[in-house]
Amino acid sequence: MHTQPKYKNSAAFYDVDGTLIKINIVHAFAFYASRHASLVVSAKNTVKTALSIPVFWAADKLSRKWFNEIFYRSYEGASEDRLVVLAEELFEDVIRPNIYPRAKDLIEESRRAGVRQVLVSGALDFTMRPLARYLGVDDVIANQLEFVDSYATGKLKKPFVAGATKADIMRAYAKQHAIDLAESWAYTDSFSDYPMLAVVGHPTACNPDLRLRSLARSYDWPVLDLDEAPDRSVARRPQGLAPVRRLRGRPARPE
Amino acid sequence: MRAIRPKIRSHTREHIVTIDTDSAPRIMFSGENLLIEDLPVGTRVIYPNRPMTPVANPKAAIRYALNHPEDSEPLHAMLRPGMKVTIAVDDISMPLPIMRTPDVRQLVLEIVCELLADHGVDDVHIVIALGLHRRMHDWEIKRMVGDKVWDEYWPDRLYNHDGCDPEGMVDLGKTAHGELVEMNRRAAESDLTIYVNLNFVPMNGGNKSMAVGLCGYESLKAHHTPHGIVSSNSIMDPPKSYIAHSFKRQGDVIENALKVFHIETVLNNRAFDGPTAFLTKNEDDFTEADRLKFQAMKWTLDKLPFAARREIFMRIPAAYELIACYAGACDPTHDRSVAKMNEQNCVEVDGPADILLFGVPYISPYNVNSKALNPLLVQVMALGYFYHMYRHQPLLREGGVLIITHPCSDRFDPVHHPSYIEFFNRILTETTDAYTIEKKYQDELAYNPSYIEMYRRGNAYHGSHPCFMWYWGQRGREKTSRVIVVGADNATVPGIMGWETAGSIAEAIAMARGTMGRSAQITMLHHPPYIIGDVM
Repeated sequence: MHTQPKYKNSAAFYDVDGTLIKINIVHAFAFYASRHASLVVSAKNTVKTALSIPVFWAADKLSRKWFNEIFYRSYEGASEDRLVVLAEELFEDVIRPNIYPRAKDLIEESRRAGVRQVLVSGALDFTMRPLARYLGVDDVIANQLEFVDSYATGKLKKPFVAGATKADIMRAYAKQHAIDLAESWAYTDSFSDYPMLAVVGHPTACNPDLRLRSLARSYDWPVLDLDEAPDRSVARRPQGLAPVRRLRGRPARPE
Repeated sequence: MRAIRPKIRSHTREHIVTIDTDSAPRIMFSGENLLIEDLPVGTRVIYPNRPMTPVANPKAAIRYALNHPEDSEPLHAMLRPGMKVTIAVDDISMPLPIMRTPDVRQLVLEIVCELLADHGVDDVHIVIALGLHRRMHDWEIKRMVGDKVWDEYWPDRLYNHDGCDPEGMVDLGKTAHGELVEMNRRAAESDLTIYVNLNFVPMNGGNKSMAVGLCGYESLKAHHTPHGIVSSNSIMDPPKSYIAHSFKRQGDVIENALKVFHIETVLNNRAFDGPTAFLTKNEDDFTEADRLKFQAMKWTLDKLPFAARREIFMRIPAAYELIACYAGACDPTHDRSVAKMNEQNCVEVDGPADILLFGVPYISPYNVNSKALNPLLVQVMALGYFYHMYRHQPLLREGGVLIITHPCSDRFDPVHHPSYIEFFNRILTETTDAYTIEKKYQDELAYNPSYIEMYRRGNAYHGSHPCFMWYWGQRGREKTSRVIVVGADNATVPGIMGWETAGSIAEAIAMARGTMGRSAQITMLHHPPYIIGDVM
């Protein structure tokens, strides 16, 4: 409703997986694996991915850096051209249906306020570009695969976009674009991204995991739920007034 | 604790008691607890009027109002099949405490919805007119409107107003003073808007209903200002209220653009009855039963943790009853409502006080079903609402000392009041000057995307709301020389507010007398229910 931007030199940094979209990088890899040229290889790859998920989950919980190192090995030998082309299909088939409905509204509101919009993700850069275009964000900061002769080596270029490195990258970005981090926002769902929240003036936990929710409550940070669930206030009926009880066949008596 | 002993005594006026050498101590609220305090001889204690007799048949009274409106054709005459109607309803900020079911709004809505259906009006939406307040939880709405309306309308045709929805708001133009008037689109595009109001204080109702209840931030800025509050003498006396004049200007723009039928209900002040009725009684008239009830309640409250104490008070809905219903055109309807409210709540008082003393209870319009009365809301009750409860002249003379009782705990509800936390800890520690806050920080909070999201789809007050809370106390801050809080459980909160602390009422009064003199006139407001002083 405001007619002009209200913030200058501010940016909003968004984690993606779990924050703006319901899925994560494993889903993206499963998509790629299922589209490998040979069906037999595809099937084997899909099963291999499914079986790997507990390993990836455990690795992610222990160390996002370690997770990135073992996970992206799975891309070794993939063609750069194919990955980029399939990224559009990945977006339409996998990512777009899983964008949290309120994510777009949040970004639009932020943009209306004159804030620069930046995705900061541990996913691969080419998988984020269609999403960035759809959401209308200004920049993407994401992991990049190392390619030799247009084939992926299975390694990521450094620095890895994860954990505390996200905060370093945000600082560098802010310096490059004359952004005042004290007047900027960061949104994430994961406790592992705490450094992202710690470097901005307006940290916000989005669909937070238990640890992040607890931390956000301790620091009195805003907590957003971008899921399009109906009013979930029933769960937090505080200081409960007893509901009006209706006796069979008689109108409710005043309490 | 000295026991209260009943004593028969005569009074010159029922609701004004002057403390004597053998008077009973007085009960005061202090957040979620009660204090019992001996007051100096000569202290004037003001009690609320007795509750007025309720109408014998509330539904009949409502129907009569709809059929005999003020300066308007009856509601049924406005209806035609196929027309588009929006019903706007006052939100949970009134009454305080919330009233027993059925809420009076349920009674009005059931009658109105039935009337609309009988006249072939099917395109009906019910909008909770919350302005920039928080969205009501679904269970709160259900309790307020009743099962019948809930089952028929929720969720597609019964919902909370969204003042930040760019598609859902329209501009109606500006007033002669250049004040922007925004409006809920559904209401603006309806053939008829029916406003269902619950009048709790004279500040509410009338032009404020549509102008604020269905507004956006840009139009609220016009009157929710430090200047607006300071220039209102008082906000509870509409003819002398600057902000009421602004509501009126905006209301005129609205009435020119839309067709609105106002329904205003007035309640008596029966806040407590049954086991808690003693809370409104003159302590000198306590029976043994009253004394025992108080001691039992006090003993229980002292033993319980904060959350449990809050739970107890939240489980005591008020026994308010309907004493009048008026309907029709905005101004004549509201004039009658205000007259009725004043008849119930105004108490004639001879002259202002040098030292004004009252307890701040656990509730405000902005923390119903919240986890606490946070420090900003303690301030809004003390220096905003209770300070402004007067007509003719302030109950506390200019330069007087205000003494309040409240723990002033550093407690906030992060779901309902997220922006308050930032306002209190970051902004108020940088400056307490309301005019600077208005210029420098208000828009920053208002347009914070996180707070907008929490207002639009969570249950948070709008990001700018804590600023308005601070402005609401501006006249009180400017006109009092000192504010002393008794019973604070920390030094930080009073320090940030600019208040002094005292360990007891006696100490606070001694401090106040240091400013106002030993013969200073001390007055205590014995509320709730609230009292408006007609100060002569």
